[in-house]
Amino acid sequence: MNWDKKDLLGIKELSREEILLVLDTAESFKDISKREIKKVPTLRGKTVITLFYEPSTRTRTSFEIAAKRMSADTINISSSTSSSVKGETLKDTARNLESMRPDAIVIRHSMPGAPHMLARILDSSVINGGDGAHEHPTQALLDLFTIREKKGRIDGLKVAIIGDIAHSRVARSNFFTLSHFDTEIICSGPPTMIPPDIEGIGVKIEYNMNKAVKGADVVMMLRIQKERGGISFIPSVKEYATLYGLRKEHIEKAKKDVIIMHPGPMNRGIEISDEVADGPYSVILDQVENGLAVRMAILYLLIGRES
Amino acid sequence: MKILVKGGRLVDPGQGIDAKLDVLLSGNIVEKIDKDIPEKDAGMKVVDASGHIVAPGLIDVHAHLREPGYEYKETIRTGTMAAAKGGFTSVVCMANTDPVNDNKSVTEYIIKMARLEGACRVLPCGAVSKGLKGEELSDIGEMYEAGIVALSDDGKSVKNAGLLRRAFEYSLLFNIPIISHCEDDTLSGGFVNEGAASVKSGLDAIPSIAEEVIVLRDIAVARYADAPVHLTHISAQGSLEAIATAKGRYRKVTCDTCPHYFSLTDEATLGYDTNTKVNPPLRSQKDVDAVKEALRNNTVDIIATDHAPHEFTSKDVEYNLATFGISGFETAFALSLALVHEGVLTLKELLGKFTVNPARLLNIPYGTLAPGSTADLIVFNPSIEWTVDAAQFLSKGRNTPFSGWKLKGKNLLTIAGGKIAYRDPLFKKA
Repeated sequence: MNWDKKDLLGIKELSREEILLVLDTAESFKDISKREIKKVPTLRGKTVITLFYEPSTRTRTSFEIAAKRMSADTINISSSTSSSVKGETLKDTARNLESMRPDAIVIRHSMPGAPHMLARILDSSVINGGDGAHEHPTQALLDLFTIREKKGRIDGLKVAIIGDIAHSRVARSNFFTLSHFDTEIICSGPPTMIPPDIEGIGVKIEYNMNKAVKGADVVMMLRIQKERGGISFIPSVKEYATLYGLRKEHIEKAKKDVIIMHPGPMNRGIEISDEVADGPYSVILDQVENGLAVRMAILYLLIGRES
Repeated sequence: MKILVKGGRLVDPGQGIDAKLDVLLSGNIVEKIDKDIPEKDAGMKVVDASGHIVAPGLIDVHAHLREPGYEYKETIRTGTMAAAKGGFTSVVCMANTDPVNDNKSVTEYIIKMARLEGACRVLPCGAVSKGLKGEELSDIGEMYEAGIVALSDDGKSVKNAGLLRRAFEYSLLFNIPIISHCEDDTLSGGFVNEGAASVKSGLDAIPSIAEEVIVLRDIAVARYADAPVHLTHISAQGSLEAIATAKGRYRKVTCDTCPHYFSLTDEATLGYDTNTKVNPPLRSQKDVDAVKEALRNNTVDIIATDHAPHEFTSKDVEYNLATFGISGFETAFALSLALVHEGVLTLKELLGKFTVNPARLLNIPYGTLAPGSTADLIVFNPSIEWTVDAAQFLSKGRNTPFSGWKLKGKNLLTIAGGKIAYRDPLFKKA
């Protein structure tokens, strides 16, 4: 299997083989972060820019550390420090950055398709670090990596994804990865937060959370996307927490060896209780750790191989 | 000067004609139509239309010419040149200019500019409400005196149903239709159709009910006032079902759709090409199928372009930020001829939706080649294949999702008011 894509824009564009290639490549990088000297020369002389127009803690830091551990130079630009506040268009910002010859640009933007626009005009590799409610491909890849690592397989699993599905790029990208495998994908949440057409991409809808988690191998919780208006889709956060907050009672309905996932940031006491978030089934911090390996793999596949 | 259009197949739905007939134009009047009209006068110009189809000039009930105010998007001159190229001899221009066409000065300005620079006839549409704000009626009577043929707040619906009622009632005084843009903005607010494609693209979506609920409301209000209502750029299956039902009860309901609503589905938006961003949005396959069926069974009376030219920079941005609209004059008729090639409509039926039906809606004496009528005529060939190249558009707006499409059917010659308004390079000189 060869990787021949210039960019990573979404999972939608990836084949099952490409997804597995990323996961297998990430396996070989995972161990680097456990060494005493956490650095390899793979990307020496390469430059990676992170261009973030939306807030981020995990993703931006993860990309930066991933690049640095492979000896790339990294520059971080966030919306408040960029020229967008002076009225420059995204396209012009990207063209100007490209003049400084970076090898990869990781972009996060509130508007779906923004990375695709850049990919069309730039020679650099463009990595989608999350575009609006569209996709967050590295998150879905690290989620799949974590599922495979913990379960030893992907095929045959029942995965329940619960929360604000309509506004979640994480949910979308996960649907696209999981649908390449023999998995049962259930989404649950208030009907106002689940577009009915989602069934067209191979996802089952179960509004009742108790039923959705029944017999699940994986339960993935999502937060309410307040920045995308999610709050107006429900009567109150309190009611949401009652109906769709993951508690111990739900775990008992799932498989005995269920794993609990969350892409972060978590809103404790709303979509997940403390006892679950910090409990034995939670793999939330493993996801973050695996994110590093997956992003190293992506950077390697996109810009690391010709040297 | 006399022009004899000779040897073509004349299709004129207004007269129920589909036969090999010559057409003699004298000045801006159709002098006669007959078999084998001899070329008598030495000064008579002869157009050899043999092997081609001759039809009345097309009428577009919905276009944006952008002048005054947005001359960087389009002018009356470039817009009418593009229209003439597409086969149109009369175009209705919407009121959302700057300033808005809500008073007679703007109406007079448009008509004056069209006389000075227009390649074809321009029929202004006045705003229903002042500044398109939906608060108070515009100067409807004065605009009517100045020459408007219809009323519309196109770009948005008249949100205030009370004002809309008064507008329908007031329009009865002048016997001009209100053209309704159907969109409930508490339901819309997105950029693409809500459905399977928007689930994939993650773009904020507009549900079809945003259109349907206003279709239902506007028909109810018009019927109460016993006034005609024309529902424009209809795109959704639900709206068409509502219109079909309403037509059975109330005969003053008409509607149009646009070529993009039967030529493209929302799948076209998946690549984030901003040229696919249009309002109402490109819909799903079931809507496209419903639009075609509604064209076939005459629920849809008219095909309009909703020609909405934009400058390049307004489309060369993120999808969310891009302007809505498609530059449609130069592709509309050819895209519509596909309906004939596919067997949805006969050529006569299709031409009816571009000529006699719009003329009836607007109570204007065009759209036919009956002797004594205005010399608006086109010669086209439904079999010529060509490739759309936006760079070749006469319109300033190159915003089309059809660039690179191979279309079958081409307008070759447009005569507007007895003057040659467009001649295709493929068509030999008369």
